[in-house]
Amino acid sequence: MSAQQKTHLPIPMKKELQLQLQGVDVQFGSHLALRQIDLNVYAGERVAFVGVNGSGKSTLLRVIHGVLPVSSGQVHWQAGVQQAMVFQRPYMLRTTVINFVALALWLQGAQWRIAKEQALAALHQVDLQDLAHRNAKTLSGGQQQRLAFARALAVHPQCMLLDEPTSSLDPHAKREVERIMHDWIADNATTLLFSSHNLGQVKRLATRVVYLENGRILADLPTEQFFHQPLERSHPEAHLFLRGERV
Amino acid sequence: MNAPRFTRYDIHVTFHLCMSSLTDSVFAAFDLITQYDPMLWSVVARSLWVSVWATAIASVVGICFGAWLAVSRFHGRSVLLTVLNTLLALPSVVVGLVVYLLLSRSGPLGHLGWLFSLKAMVLAQSVLIFPVVVALTRQCVEDADRLHGEQLQSLGAGASLRSLLLVWDERYVFLTIVITAFGRAVSEVGAVMVVGGNIEGFTRVMTTAIALETSKGDLPLALALGLVLLAVVLCLNILVAAVRSWRLRVDGSASDPLQKVWV
Repeated sequence: MSAQQKTHLPIPMKKELQLQLQGVDVQFGSHLALRQIDLNVYAGERVAFVGVNGSGKSTLLRVIHGVLPVSSGQVHWQAGVQQAMVFQRPYMLRTTVINFVALALWLQGAQWRIAKEQALAALHQVDLQDLAHRNAKTLSGGQQQRLAFARALAVHPQCMLLDEPTSSLDPHAKREVERIMHDWIADNATTLLFSSHNLGQVKRLATRVVYLENGRILADLPTEQFFHQPLERSHPEAHLFLRGERV
Repeated sequence: MNAPRFTRYDIHVTFHLCMSSLTDSVFAAFDLITQYDPMLWSVVARSLWVSVWATAIASVVGICFGAWLAVSRFHGRSVLLTVLNTLLALPSVVVGLVVYLLLSRSGPLGHLGWLFSLKAMVLAQSVLIFPVVVALTRQCVEDADRLHGEQLQSLGAGASLRSLLLVWDERYVFLTIVITAFGRAVSEVGAVMVVGGNIEGFTRVMTTAIALETSKGDLPLALALGLVLLAVVLCLNILVAAVRSWRLRVDGSASDPLQKVWV
């Protein structure tokens, strides 16, 4: 079933604060990658981070995920929220596809036998069950990204973080991965935070758009408002970005 | 005093005598190898025994230490790395001297009574190749961690587990590192000469025997040992190439981590 044929994505109803960033700065040497980021994310929201290359989208996702320490400021997660991240170029371990997924579950504390059973179920979700015993490194780019999704889905996250998940894929693989994202969102009222250069994808998936430039948030608007209302006066930088005049 | 004069005839005769001596020595060396000369092969076996043990010890400790060093961050790390990199160029006789002092009767390890034994030679070679294993491991794991560490961290792997996973994932590179270390161990002469004493039938190994037999003028035996040593090194290179091509076949078009070591 294509993304377009699927039922409409759920509209987030809950107003439960799941994630809060307060005055977050991230500095690499003398370069300030993120500056004074304040952000509240509520359960069930689908937030897209957009901006030109180097604007801080990936850095922000890594900070939120906790794999990159902040230089100053604070990141608060609601207690007990399980999160998973899919990276732009997933790293394949030199092992079988099923072991690759099972490892993620084993690291979360599952017994290896149970982890493998759950891993197979996750592979079914992304249609990779037939390749379960193949070397993960030999998969194509699209299959590797689907495998990364399987690994993320296997841990049943309440919040999924995706760093430009389709940017390095060919159009067919891109459609496949987006279908998985779409199906997963439709079936699970989970929070989604993702960065993307594909504005069509942002329109289709996001309920809210955060525009970043030089490590600052310069616009934080509902998707409808971001794409369909004039931003020249309120958010001139975002307006120029949408017109393709920000590079 | 007048300088000695050599005629063209003198040079011609000397050249032919040398060539004749070399040719005779090579044939004699081949005879020793093919006729399974017991003295020669006992030296070869002893040499391999010492180097295999030294490589095993240095590899286990060195890979663990190097992997830990790659993912750890602490004060003085850069100083430690500089020292380790300096140790890469450590002359083997200096290693021999240090191990000799440690194992000598008045040294801190003198009570072990290892001096002039195979154990002392294993220790000396282990010390010699340890920095090689640590430096290559550290570089390899650090590169892999820089590229993929965040993704493993994302799965919930802490620093120690991450380093182990990266070592496991780059295991073919480590096979190459181990083979490289073995090559360094089996071909060194200074350290084992100092701590082993080159005692015939007891601590004499290929390299020390070559040095001794050459100085005695027993060229056939020295050449035979040299040929065996070359054959060992050649076999190691063939093994590295075989591992590499096998891994490329297994992984298809996946990236080739061996390049990190060899390029």
